[in-house]
Amino acid sequence: MTTTSTTEMPTAGYGAAFLRALKSFALLRESWVGMIGSFLVLFWVLVAILAPLLAPFDPNSSIQPFAKPGMAAAKGGVFWLGTDHIGRDILSRIIWGSRTVLIYAPLATLSAYTLGILMGLAAGYRGGWVDDVLSRIADIILSFPVLVLYIIIIATIGASGINIIIAITFASSPGIMRIVRGLVLDLKNRDYVAAAQTRGESDWRVMLVEILPNARGPLIVDACLRLGYVIITIGVLGFLGLGLPPPDPDWGGMVNETRQMAMAFPHMTLFPCIAISSLILGFNLLADGLREISLRD
Amino acid sequence: MVTLVVKRFGFMIFTMIVVSLILFLLLETDLTGDPAARVLGQFSNEEQRELWREQHGYNQPVVLRYVKWLGNFATGNLGESIRFKGPVADVLLPRLWNTAILGFWTFAIMIPLSLTLGVLSGMKEGSKLDRAISVFGILTTSVPEFASAVFFSALFVFGLKWLPGTSSMSGGFEFKQLILPAMVLIVYDFGYVARMTRASMAEVMTSQYIRTAVLKGLPYKSVILKHALRNALIAPFTVIMLQINWLLSGVIVVEFFFAYKGFGALILEASLNNDIALLEACAMVAVCVAVTTQTIADIGYTFLNPRIRFS
Repeated sequence: MTTTSTTEMPTAGYGAAFLRALKSFALLRESWVGMIGSFLVLFWVLVAILAPLLAPFDPNSSIQPFAKPGMAAAKGGVFWLGTDHIGRDILSRIIWGSRTVLIYAPLATLSAYTLGILMGLAAGYRGGWVDDVLSRIADIILSFPVLVLYIIIIATIGASGINIIIAITFASSPGIMRIVRGLVLDLKNRDYVAAAQTRGESDWRVMLVEILPNARGPLIVDACLRLGYVIITIGVLGFLGLGLPPPDPDWGGMVNETRQMAMAFPHMTLFPCIAISSLILGFNLLADGLREISLRD
Repeated sequence: MVTLVVKRFGFMIFTMIVVSLILFLLLETDLTGDPAARVLGQFSNEEQRELWREQHGYNQPVVLRYVKWLGNFATGNLGESIRFKGPVADVLLPRLWNTAILGFWTFAIMIPLSLTLGVLSGMKEGSKLDRAISVFGILTTSVPEFASAVFFSALFVFGLKWLPGTSSMSGGFEFKQLILPAMVLIVYDFGYVARMTRASMAEVMTSQYIRTAVLKGLPYKSVILKHALRNALIAPFTVIMLQINWLLSGVIVVEFFFAYKGFGALILEASLNNDIALLEACAMVAVCVAVTTQTIADIGYTFLNPRIRFS
């Protein structure tokens, strides 16, 4: 997937690029690990899209407290996964919670990638003092234990969806910058870059149009892994009580709210944990499958 | 070698100073909201806040305050904790000790386990054992600490009733209460170290001198033990040192979950209760530990690897 594309000129149009992407996705069939991963991810994406159709109850309304899994509701319907301490249906909350996670995690990852790629391109391509300054900043941010960094940021700017995205961008863009910088250092001496420079293309055009598309292979694998990691982060923040404010369903928050009752009602904590673990596993397996394929050809 | 050590220590001190500046700007200045309001709560009135500012010297110029604050920090005067109503140092030290105990047992089990698994799978890349170990590693690193804590509690506490569900050590130190927190940390972390060890081992196994050793007819066992391991374990050393940084994040979740009275639970408590002096001290300690281990990892790597040391 990567090694062939790095050597060819990126002259083909977007249609061809899309076809190539499809083709490399079809290669996933050869890796059963990647197949399971994409199946898990696809499953949760569908659940998130179809949430209004799938959820049997309103996720935030209090219906019948402490119902065990499989118990029939008084007003019709079944609590397949039981209800929590204030009587909200857990299955519905998990279904709607997949939306929360699948909106915030990709947004946060995308925003971290935008910043990380811009800094990495600048540091790798320009070099000199730009590289020195950016690399030092990255070193300092990366020397923080991540969760400590999140706690400090959330403690000062407060817990909300936007602030979580800001915190994740701040904490993970230095790591992305390092990867991009390394790739750029390798790619900037290629002939097609020299050709573009001779044509008189501007620096940013060379970086964004010539170099970046050819660095995409390792970045896609990293993005998959990072998405999984961002989902863990959002879950952990929710679990620590620093995540999205209630009452909207959030998997980590669900565990935090009900963990004191886990002794008598284990279903309240078990099911959200299974949900979040399966989604993260999906992204990690997908990343492993993609890497396996990219190493093969 | 000497220049490297000096350079690394210089960078370490530089990082600490920058971090202290960031912490000061975030928590002690108006940049992200009034510190008086943060300490006294949002229902305090302006008079109370003004009085508090006057008492705690917040009306002095920012630069002077920073220098004073840094001086206090450097001389070990960490201030008073609002939450625990006493000097920060008195709260911090026993908590650090508890986390050190938890960290020690976690590492004591995780390192041999992950090194063994990594070496086994790196010995024969692509073998069934290799695939099994790597998929198992992906599986365990995909489960966030709080989720595996839930799973283990369901199994060992509520199901089998083998282990206690909380680790508050209220009746004195009990090793039994340490098992679950350590287990959660090990399960989450070992996959990464095993994977790095595997990569390093696999690289060594393809090198010329290993092929020579095999071709000249040495027994496979002695090729692995005497030739390969020595080089393959250099890279994991760095990874393990950097793992301490990860452990500092992991203990926050685990200690909160199991009510273990350690450093991680303390930093979370400080932030949830707006205990600024305590939060600053905890953050500085965390960064200090992280940067120190990074420095040791860097210097150690150079020292262990003659190819870098002599070039």
